[in-house]
Amino acid sequence: MSPVLDVRDLTKTYGEGEATVHALRGVSLTVERGDYVAIMGSSGSGKSTLMNILGALDVPTSGTYRLDGVDVSRLADRQLALARNRLIGFIFQAFNLIPRTSALANVELPLAYAGIKPRQRRRRALAALDVVGLAERARHEPNQLSGGQQQRVAVARALVTEPALLLADEPTGNLDTRSTEDVLTVFDQLNAAGRTIVIITHEPEVGARAKRLIRLVDGQIVHDVRQAPVFA
Amino acid sequence: MSFGEVVRFALRGLSANKLRSSLTMLGILIGVAAVILLVAVGNGSAQAISDRIEALGTNTITVMSTSRNSSTLTKPMADALVDPVLAPDVKSVSPVVSASATVTYEGSDHEVNSFVGTTPGWFTASNTPVGRGAAFTADDEAQGRRVVVIGSTVAEELFPGADPIDRQVTVGGALFTVVGVLDAKSSTGFQDANDTAVAPLTAVRQVLTGYGPLTSILVEASSPSLVDAVESQVSTVLTSHGATESDYRIQNASQLLETQTETADTFTTLLGAVAAISLLVGGIGITNIMLVTVTERTREIGIRKALGAPRRTVLTQFLIEATLLSVIGGLLGVAAALIGSRFEIAGVHPVIVPSSVGLALGVSVAIGLFFGGLPAARAARLRPIDALRYE
Repeated sequence: MSPVLDVRDLTKTYGEGEATVHALRGVSLTVERGDYVAIMGSSGSGKSTLMNILGALDVPTSGTYRLDGVDVSRLADRQLALARNRLIGFIFQAFNLIPRTSALANVELPLAYAGIKPRQRRRRALAALDVVGLAERARHEPNQLSGGQQQRVAVARALVTEPALLLADEPTGNLDTRSTEDVLTVFDQLNAAGRTIVIITHEPEVGARAKRLIRLVDGQIVHDVRQAPVFA
Repeated sequence: MSFGEVVRFALRGLSANKLRSSLTMLGILIGVAAVILLVAVGNGSAQAISDRIEALGTNTITVMSTSRNSSTLTKPMADALVDPVLAPDVKSVSPVVSASATVTYEGSDHEVNSFVGTTPGWFTASNTPVGRGAAFTADDEAQGRRVVVIGSTVAEELFPGADPIDRQVTVGGALFTVVGVLDAKSSTGFQDANDTAVAPLTAVRQVLTGYGPLTSILVEASSPSLVDAVESQVSTVLTSHGATESDYRIQNASQLLETQTETADTFTTLLGAVAAISLLVGGIGITNIMLVTVTERTREIGIRKALGAPRRTVLTQFLIEATLLSVIGGLLGVAAALIGSRFEIAGVHPVIVPSSVGLALGVSVAIGLFFGGLPAARAARLRPIDALRYE
């Protein structure tokens, strides 16, 4: 079985000539199914750039990226949309819920783009909201929810399509301790249920809960430590 | 994802931003309604002008006396114009004398600007219908009976709140019986067209003007197209009766018609310019609001793409939103203009020009679609990360 994530010699540069910035200088990484990986690094270390490439939101300057056996760097726009929809669940630091739209409708959105019938969509969205413990807030709009609740809605939205990979870019960066704990508990449960999770953070206590810890400095991996076995 | 689903998405997108959606529609509504109403008001006033000129009579010519000497227009000349051989296209001839006179009734008096003496045919020829009562008859004229038809201003001045019919007024020391009141006419010049009184020619000559020359002769042609023919026939007859070219001047309704056409042309040009400018301004308004609306949602487009929305689905949703906004706004604008045109605006009754409705609606919808679709297409083409970072 191919690894969920297989990245080879990924580089990313911004700008040209004198002003060239090397955000990634050759990153290679494989992530097995069921793993829980935390990528840490100070700001400017290239971790967000890596995350955006892993989430198919951005394209690398060079290198290959296989997601669930599919070479994402070779996909056309339409297939890329499909990959984002089916293979990846992305969780943003800034939640990025659609404003003035109920939690339920937000969670239903990826399913709608996947072409799933409304009735089934609703059932699955409610189930996903139940997983993050917000089933009774389904009708609330984002501005009626706390930050932690919004992030849990975003997590529900990311996992509702049952993607191969959950990517979280500083998911607790905008949250207080209590909400951080709520969200991390959800991640623990999801991983225990077999979901593959890659999370970016600069908070040591968040990194400590992952099974594998990767440190990024200046666009290169300097540290790769397994903290717990993949199948605990 | 089915098309119906995308439509539902668009509707949800619109209802999620009710205030912005309704303001956008309001902007389009005002743009469309302003253009249609503006053109309607201009069209209405052009029509009012042409109506007024038509009210003067388009098939009459007026032969005016230019000099004061007695050999000019005379009653025999007027009689000679009724000649089926020399002037076959003349329908009627009304000799006219006019003077200003003071009309007195029970102590109150009123200075009438033009006290006209003529024959009964004058009423139809000059397009001056009698409202109440009746015009005087050919018999009245022949017998020189002292009867008078007064204009509405005179009626108001002398008989406020009372019925003037059968009352006797004093003019130039003689008693005249009021037999009718003229319909109110809209004035075309500085003079009040209703400050007038009309009496039989014989009576007026006897009492007021004496048996000197006529002031003018009103000649009615059988049809508006024969006005030029009648003009030359009149000249021939008048010359054969000893009048020279310098004695009289012929005023032709076709000259007025020409003026009217010129006026209408000027109006059309003016309106075209004004409508074009309003459409341009309205269009810029719609452009602005559409650009802002869609650009503001670039981030939302980024989120949707990150969740796996294909470019075409995003684009379709925003195009449908833009279509709904501009079509609904445009139709409401047409409705507003139709309602607005039922009221009198600045003294003009607007008359809707159908092509202006089509033009205003078409241009607004096209602009709405283009400037709603263009930024949406641009945003949908962006990489999700660039759309998400958009501020």
